[in-house]
Amino acid sequence: MLARRIIPCLDVRDGKVVKGVKFRNHEIIGDIVPLAEQYAKQGADELVFYDITASSDQRVVDKSWVSRIAQVIDIPFCVAGGIKSVEDAGRILEMGADKISVNSPALANPDLITDLHDTFGQQCVVIGIDSFFNEQTNTYQVHQFTGDESRTKVTGWQTKDWVEEVQKRGAGEIVLNCMNQDGVRKGYDIDQLATIREACDVPLIASGGAGETHHFYDVFKQADVDGALAASVFHKGIIPIPELKDFLRAQGVCIRD
Amino acid sequence: MIGAAAKKQHIVVINTGCANISSVKFALERLGVNVTVSDDLAIIAKADKVFLPGVGSANAAMSSIAQKQLSPCIQSLTQPVLGVCLGMQLMVSESEERVHQGQNNNIAENTPCLNLIPGKVKRMQVGDLRLPHMGWNTITTEDNSTLFKGIPNGTYFYFVHSFAVDVYEHTLASCEYGNPFSASLHKDNFFGVQFHPERSGSAGAALLENFISL
Repeated sequence: MLARRIIPCLDVRDGKVVKGVKFRNHEIIGDIVPLAEQYAKQGADELVFYDITASSDQRVVDKSWVSRIAQVIDIPFCVAGGIKSVEDAGRILEMGADKISVNSPALANPDLITDLHDTFGQQCVVIGIDSFFNEQTNTYQVHQFTGDESRTKVTGWQTKDWVEEVQKRGAGEIVLNCMNQDGVRKGYDIDQLATIREACDVPLIASGGAGETHHFYDVFKQADVDGALAASVFHKGIIPIPELKDFLRAQGVCIRD
Repeated sequence: MIGAAAKKQHIVVINTGCANISSVKFALERLGVNVTVSDDLAIIAKADKVFLPGVGSANAAMSSIAQKQLSPCIQSLTQPVLGVCLGMQLMVSESEERVHQGQNNNIAENTPCLNLIPGKVKRMQVGDLRLPHMGWNTITTEDNSTLFKGIPNGTYFYFVHSFAVDVYEHTLASCEYGNPFSASLHKDNFFGVQFHPERSGSAGAALLENFISL
């Protein structure tokens, strides 16, 4: 049976792993390659590296770390942040990344999704979506440029419509980051994820809100997501991955040995 | 462990122009073997072991192989050859996979492949499950002397694909997602794996070691 995936996300700035709360106040967690290696050894099923330098700065960002990770890591990994063109994506994939994840640039130019699909194949095209629940309008709204507070804006897309659009254009996987929950460790946004699951025929990864082991069980059981992504609970050692996987297995969730 | 003799082999990864070449090369280097990535016919022909990697679409990969005039060379190889993921799919006769997902029901548009092993790649029928089949899944095999030596049934490997070969006489290992499909193929000197051994942790490394030690 296909196992549910546990995916640590490492936010990268200038080759270091950092973490902020609600996308802000980033603190350095450690060096990227040893941290990646450590997660692979602990049983992470996949890793996501989100280059936050790239997404908000115009300057050319050094991505040589992608190749250094590919040399030492024997599990799949995805690189996100600052990928604005087919050429950008090609360079990252050539360095050994398995997938590339695109967020704001896909909103600015949806044809990018089609072009990435046609050039590299559906299997390596991940679309990241930052979704915010607006209590006033009772809608889920897609936000853009969330990596930079001064540029962050609400798009005209409702989350479900954008999820359908990116699938039509050839997305192979969707990472749904639920902004209301991000960084506060009170659990994944089950309602939103379950709603989006119904509209999502490709693998769906939950992001934002993991704080305790049972949050992972809840999101697999109640929202039927294929993977659960988390950052701070892993970086800060709040939830050791081997214990998390033992717990989920004991609860009957299909988890890789 | 790979023996000293095996480490002296010439291992060639065919440069198909696809994106996962670095990952395959790095995985072999982690095992301590010497790897050359090449599309030079003479270098490929002289290799002790050959890898045929691939990701993306069958059509694009076959076009790249045709452009590099690699087909006759690959078809004439007699040393062990391992196709990985799309590389495995390229080893059979033809693939249903076409350039665009939406274009259906035109049999003439099937992509002709290398025909090293009889068989056909079809779009997976998975019912309510999601495609691509992406993530870690378990294999079943009766092979305990070649690729899967020392690798027990139920071992997890990393898969990413939407097309597959049914289980048939050339299946070396199977996997199940909606329906059973070939996780690995074998005929003569040609081996293929649908999963990514280079991204399958210690199980993947064990399989690569088995192949190098053939």
